[in-house]
Amino acid sequence: MPSNPGSNPGSNSGSIRLQVTRYRPESDSEPRFQEYDVPLRKEWTVLDGLNHVKNEVDTTLSFRWSCRMGICGSCGMNVNGDPKLTCAAFLDDYAPGPIRVEPLANFPVVRDLVVDINDFMEKLPRVKPWIIRDDDALLDGDGEIDGEYLQTPEELDAYKQFSMCINCMLCYAACPVYGLDPEFMGPAAIALAERYDLDSRDHGARERLDVLIEHEGVWGCTFVGECTRVCPNHVDPAGAIQRYKVKAAKENVMAFLLPRGAR
Amino acid sequence: MSRPRVEPLVWLMFSGGGVMAAVFLPVLVFMFAFAFPLEWISPPDHDHLSAVVGHPLTLLFLLGMFVVLLVHSAHRFRYTLYDGLQIKAKRTVAVLCYGTAAVGAITTVVVLLSAA
Amino acid sequence: MSTPRATEVRVYNRPMSTWWWTRRRTYFVFVMRELSSIFVAWFVGFLLAFVYSVGRSEAAYQDFLDWAATPWVVVINVIAAAFLALHVVTWFSLTPQAMDVRIGGQKAPAAAIIASQYVGLAVVSAFVLWLVTR
Ligand code: SF4
Ligand code: FES
Repeated sequence: MPSNPGSNPGSNSGSIRLQVTRYRPESDSEPRFQEYDVPLRKEWTVLDGLNHVKNEVDTTLSFRWSCRMGICGSCGMNVNGDPKLTCAAFLDDYAPGPIRVEPLANFPVVRDLVVDINDFMEKLPRVKPWIIRDDDALLDGDGEIDGEYLQTPEELDAYKQFSMCINCMLCYAACPVYGLDPEFMGPAAIALAERYDLDSRDHGARERLDVLIEHEGVWGCTFVGECTRVCPNHVDPAGAIQRYKVKAAKENVMAFLLPRGAR
Repeated sequence: MSRPRVEPLVWLMFSGGGVMAAVFLPVLVFMFAFAFPLEWISPPDHDHLSAVVGHPLTLLFLLGMFVVLLVHSAHRFRYTLYDGLQIKAKRTVAVLCYGTAAVGAITTVVVLLSAA
Repeated sequence: MSTPRATEVRVYNRPMSTWWWTRRRTYFVFVMRELSSIFVAWFVGFLLAFVYSVGRSEAAYQDFLDWAATPWVVVINVIAAAFLALHVVTWFSLTPQAMDVRIGGQKAPAAAIIASQYVGLAVVSAFVLWLVTR
């Protein structure tokens, strides 16, 4: 019975007010809020509300989204101060409103609700999030790939949790350490490093540790733990970071005990 | 490659101190800060205490515990100043925090030797 | 429109307020947890004073007990003990995240790890209490 969301917002089950950040770099010197009333429908998410505004009220509003089902990770925004996937945040849960919708915290604002994610995109490859092998077990005589690496369900289980990340960056928005020091590698990147470290097919743990043992790697983290709380996919980046600290500490003690040579 | 670094060692001491503070400190605080001075439990006599405290094992244990507790405090407080107050003079803060802990550690050694 | 195509994007950087940690309950608890460090240091000093007094003489030990019973010291100790309690609770509850404990290949449940730490605390406390008061 939904249909035409544009007609008469007040009729159905009332409406709810969105206070949306607007920022137009060509004319605004700083962001401001603009208010929109959108229909309060049971099955509508904050993203549906924004799309209603975009389609029916104000076509100049900019924001990112794609899948509308918590898969693509592009619709992250701060909703009433909490980093959320807006496609998974229901208007009804915020009734009677108003709902404050702001661009993801800790990132520079490009326009309206769109943030600059370059810093994150540059950080990800630094932890080498791919399978690293020193042998060529799968190459046949001609250097062609031949076969596959096998893995048991238990081995899959070991890293599965950390592989659920959708790069939504909510954890970065929740992390005060990242907000204060953008050099910090940050939650998702470190969780991703852990995902490959725990993969039985991978031999690259050392190389990643070399990156993360650096000052801007894991040491800035003070275990606020908020990244784990906001993660929509229960990745537990905070846990991954603490485990990296343990790993780095072990490695370091070894380096003291055996200053040169073997592991 | 992996040359020894300070961060992991400081972090290990921080963690050790966190464990000690959580496991050993509560009962010590209960006894010496509350139960004995406020006479919830009648305070043990001096001879017994000086025998317990002056025992080499106790002294060694206390030395280790106090030192990691001091590093724990210094390390945590250092990051509280960075994050909570956004202090930018990071080097100065680090030197002050760990420096205080070092002075505390020396004091600890002196005091423990005096009780031996 | 035919001029250079390099688009200059004027991004807006939102500075973090000094009071960021008051804006969210979890942040506030975090900063309080970190401030427990001051009180841990206070207790180190307090216990050192105790050890020192015991090492000196019976009279000094009695003086220490009297000093520790003065109102201002008791007030500080009460506050410090509250922060210490916060440290204990938060430290224990974060351990399962920091350590991947496996029993027979199975990941140990967080509740079990937390509970075993409290058992450890109880055992240690009982032992120390016995040692000091026996
Ligand atoms: S770890 Fe969680 S919150 Fe962070 S980017 Fe991945 S899915 Fe999003
Ligand atoms: S739109 Fe894809 S996660 Fe929300």
